[in-house]
Amino acid sequence: MLVATLISAVFAAALASVLLRTTPREIARERLIEAVNAVLPQTQCGRCTFSGCKPYATALVDGVADINHCPPGGNATARLLADLLNRPYKPVDPQFGVTPAQPMVAWIDEEACIGCTKCIQACPVDAIVGASKFMHTVIAAQCTGCELCIPPCPVDCIHLRPTADVPRTAHSAS
Amino acid sequence: MIETLNTQLPTSQPPHTVAPNSVGRVMRLVLLALAPAILLHAVFFGVGILVQVLLAVASAIAAEYVALRLRRQPVRKYLFDGSALITAVLIAMCLPSLAPWWLVVSGTAFGILVAKHLYGGLGSNVFNPAMVGYAVLLVSFPVQLTRWPSPDVAGLATIDLTLLDTLRTIFVGSLPPGTTWDAVTSPTPLDAVRSGLQGGFTLREIQASPTFGLVGGRGWEWINLAVLAGGVWLLVLKIIRWHIPVAVLAGLAMPAAIMHAIDPGSYAGAFFHLTAGASMLGAFFIATDPVSAATTERGKLIYGFGIGFIAYVIRTWGGYPDGMAFAVLLMNLAVPLIDRYTVPRIYGRET
Amino acid sequence: MTTRALTRGGLKLDTHKRRSTTHPLRAATTPEVLVLSVDQHAGSPAVPIVKPGDRVLRGQPIAEPGHGVSAWLHSPVSGIVRTIEPRPSALHRDPSVCIVIENDGANRVFEGQPQPRDDSPQALREHIARGGIVGLGGAIFPTGPKLLRAPERNAHLIVNGAECEPWISCDDMLMRERADQVISGAEIVCRALQAERCTIAVEDDMTEAAQALRAAAKQSKIVPEIVTVPSIYPAGGERQLITALTGHEVPSGKLPQDIGVVCQNVGTVAAVARWIRDGEPLISRIVTVTGSATKDPANLEVLLGTPIATLIADCGGYAAQPARLIMGGTMMGVALDHDRHVVVKGTNCIVAATHEDLEPPGPEMPCIRCGACAEVCPAFLLPQQLHRYVLAGELENLDRYGLIDCIECGCCDYVCPSQIPLVERFRAAKPELVRYLDMRGMAPLARASYEAREARLARLEAERQAQLAEKRRALASKFKNS
Ligand code: SF4
Ligand code: SF4
Ligand code: SF4
Repeated sequence: MLVATLISAVFAAALASVLLRTTPREIARERLIEAVNAVLPQTQCGRCTFSGCKPYATALVDGVADINHCPPGGNATARLLADLLNRPYKPVDPQFGVTPAQPMVAWIDEEACIGCTKCIQACPVDAIVGASKFMHTVIAAQCTGCELCIPPCPVDCIHLRPTADVPRTAHSAS
Repeated sequence: MIETLNTQLPTSQPPHTVAPNSVGRVMRLVLLALAPAILLHAVFFGVGILVQVLLAVASAIAAEYVALRLRRQPVRKYLFDGSALITAVLIAMCLPSLAPWWLVVSGTAFGILVAKHLYGGLGSNVFNPAMVGYAVLLVSFPVQLTRWPSPDVAGLATIDLTLLDTLRTIFVGSLPPGTTWDAVTSPTPLDAVRSGLQGGFTLREIQASPTFGLVGGRGWEWINLAVLAGGVWLLVLKIIRWHIPVAVLAGLAMPAAIMHAIDPGSYAGAFFHLTAGASMLGAFFIATDPVSAATTERGKLIYGFGIGFIAYVIRTWGGYPDGMAFAVLLMNLAVPLIDRYTVPRIYGRET
Repeated sequence: MTTRALTRGGLKLDTHKRRSTTHPLRAATTPEVLVLSVDQHAGSPAVPIVKPGDRVLRGQPIAEPGHGVSAWLHSPVSGIVRTIEPRPSALHRDPSVCIVIENDGANRVFEGQPQPRDDSPQALREHIARGGIVGLGGAIFPTGPKLLRAPERNAHLIVNGAECEPWISCDDMLMRERADQVISGAEIVCRALQAERCTIAVEDDMTEAAQALRAAAKQSKIVPEIVTVPSIYPAGGERQLITALTGHEVPSGKLPQDIGVVCQNVGTVAAVARWIRDGEPLISRIVTVTGSATKDPANLEVLLGTPIATLIADCGGYAAQPARLIMGGTMMGVALDHDRHVVVKGTNCIVAATHEDLEPPGPEMPCIRCGACAEVCPAFLLPQQLHRYVLAGELENLDRYGLIDCIECGCCDYVCPSQIPLVERFRAAKPELVRYLDMRGMAPLARASYEAREARLARLEAERQAQLAEKRRALASKFKNS
């Protein structure tokens, strides 16, 4: 019984190692992209010049982007990326933006809002609710502080506020 | 009295006041705590130890100076922080007091230059510099390191070396005419037990020799007692904590007691081990070097116990009479691992 | 009387408290001009509701709470609002908006204070918020929001009189001289919380205060348990005190209310009593004025917005040139650059310290890993490791080693033989770590929303394409048919 278990364990291990070695290239690439995406902040701000974190992860894995393009992730993320991709660490390039000093969320001055829905379309994470001609508001618990909603607003009524003032009450994320 | 303040006041970050403490003070007190042992050493074994200490200190300062200059570090700030002095004094105390001068000079220089400064200087060294220096000497010049003079008690020392004789021996290497090394030296208790057991004697027979006193070697007992006293004083002053010394002594005493109980004829008892060789010095002054020791409380216990245990194993079954230096170095190696796995539970967190 | 000890860490320090407790409590001079910052509480700044030129009365609200956590602000005197403008502040790096009031000396009291909605505990909590009261022990968290977030009933109210920081004695004096206010404030807060238990903690060297409290408690409806803690710094730290008294730890990242405890400073509950019982909002507080550079140290009852120079003058002026002028105690206080700063809600103490009062840190040496810092840390951290990771910028390790749990008490800094400014470094590193952790915590949710949105957009696009194709096909067939 014991011997049988041992033998099958050895076989399983050997099989696994063979399978892992011979994973098709495409699957390995997918996995690496997944791993890289997992350390990116998911702010989805586009400051890395890609349309979101996943596209940046893809570019990183394909070697067309450097590891220091993500300001929200900051140097800590750059370090993780360097480890993951086996590239030399460098601090975030300020050309892509600065790492904010504290967590921020967008906040709509509800008295000034004209209900144009432009910000809703800009938000990459569906954190703004409202309907045409009605006041809009930001769900702080969902907002990543990416700032993408700020330029489209025709009346400049969206500002970033520190989360210390606008607490993210419900974190459904663990 | 001042009515109004017109000038801008200086500001500072809290806390605005600190305890009157410094690295220099810590190191000075450690040196002070070693003084009685050194003096007793001089009483029992002659003034050689003082010469050795002076030599070591001079070479430590020189080495420190050179290293700081090469590393472009502020010389004034670090040269007299006292850490190099402790390294020097510890090496001097580990060497036989009549050892040739180049031994202590090269050992100290190696400890300071290689073990300390190549690793980044004060606070960054992985290994205890004193023990690195000593271990290098022990491996390279084993013969010179066994020439311990006879203690000047109970008529053991047949020849009285004057200061001049001592200096000549250390610097020129020539004993006074008509004397041989065999006449001035006698084996340390650890040596005696070791070679005696190898020669087929029983422990009782070995310990009946006049070099043995009440519990350990004559002279050595008292020096170890002085080291213990200095260590306890440091404990009282809270310069060192109890964890490492207690653990080192436990690590030595426990296996010793067990082996002695199994075979009293071939294994010396716990008391002998505690008072022999560098046990006390190791427990209170060498293993407690904070930079190369574990830094968490549980870590310190593991670290200390490991040192004591390894030292016992080397003494009993290894190739060297005293294993303190190697034990310390081996455990230095394990420190990052120990620290990593002994992080205390944080307030309000599970583990 | 039971004594409970700090569970681990802490320091036995020279308290220097007796210097300021020899005189009875007295009122400070009322200044001609008072400067009231709208940003003197935790949370968002208050919003002014008066304009320059407005007449205000003593106790009249002059600023209402901003968004989120915030607090009311009231005028301490009757007079005229001279201006509202940003002024340099003692607490913040940037100037903060201040309402400047010219005292008319008439001391006319505002009569229009609101009344509680009804006599439910909830209404009482809301009404307490209207009094502009904040945590007076130094945390300055608005009391109203704190009570409103507390459990609905059965909380354990801990009234913190364990004033552990050196030099500060305002809570001690308050308990000695106004024990009745403390007790009736505790009673009111208990009512608001529908609390089950009430414990008042004092330090073991405050015998007079404990006696006064016990005497006052005899006349009260509630029976507070009076407990002493050893005078070890920081025994009065909120988390440390809660653990000493209840045996439970406040979980990391959680609040005392999460384990059913609400902790209020004695000064805070006394302010609640003055507001609810006497209708006077928070417009004054007790300030200890002390230090060897103060001629005659004492405790003063001070109107908010009074310049510090006035307090020093009330205490006989400077005896010597101060080496530091500290708002708060020597362990956690803020060093002021001049004495024209004003008293704010959180000002518990002014130490005009000479060089003899302070032991300045020497030149910084490398960490020798002695572990002295870890021994005294009341949060059970390893400051030596934290320091290493701060220097290396290793946020993951800072999280693992608990930088967030550091209460910035300064114990580690105080004992460090290498004189490393540990707390300064820890404070500087915290915001970055907080942001990083927030980002990490947000990531899964953000990612899910992003992916859902991408999928939705893709689906919409596909539908549009399909419709387009459908139309084209229809058109084409029409064309063919005709
Ligand atoms: S900059 Fe960073 S957070 Fe922003 S989209 Fe690119 S990877 Fe995501
Ligand atoms: S007290 Fe200072 S020198 Fe000692 S371990 Fe802590 S930080 Fe390092
Ligand atoms: S300041 Fe922070 S790390 Fe230092 S002793 Fe206090 S809680 Fe511990």
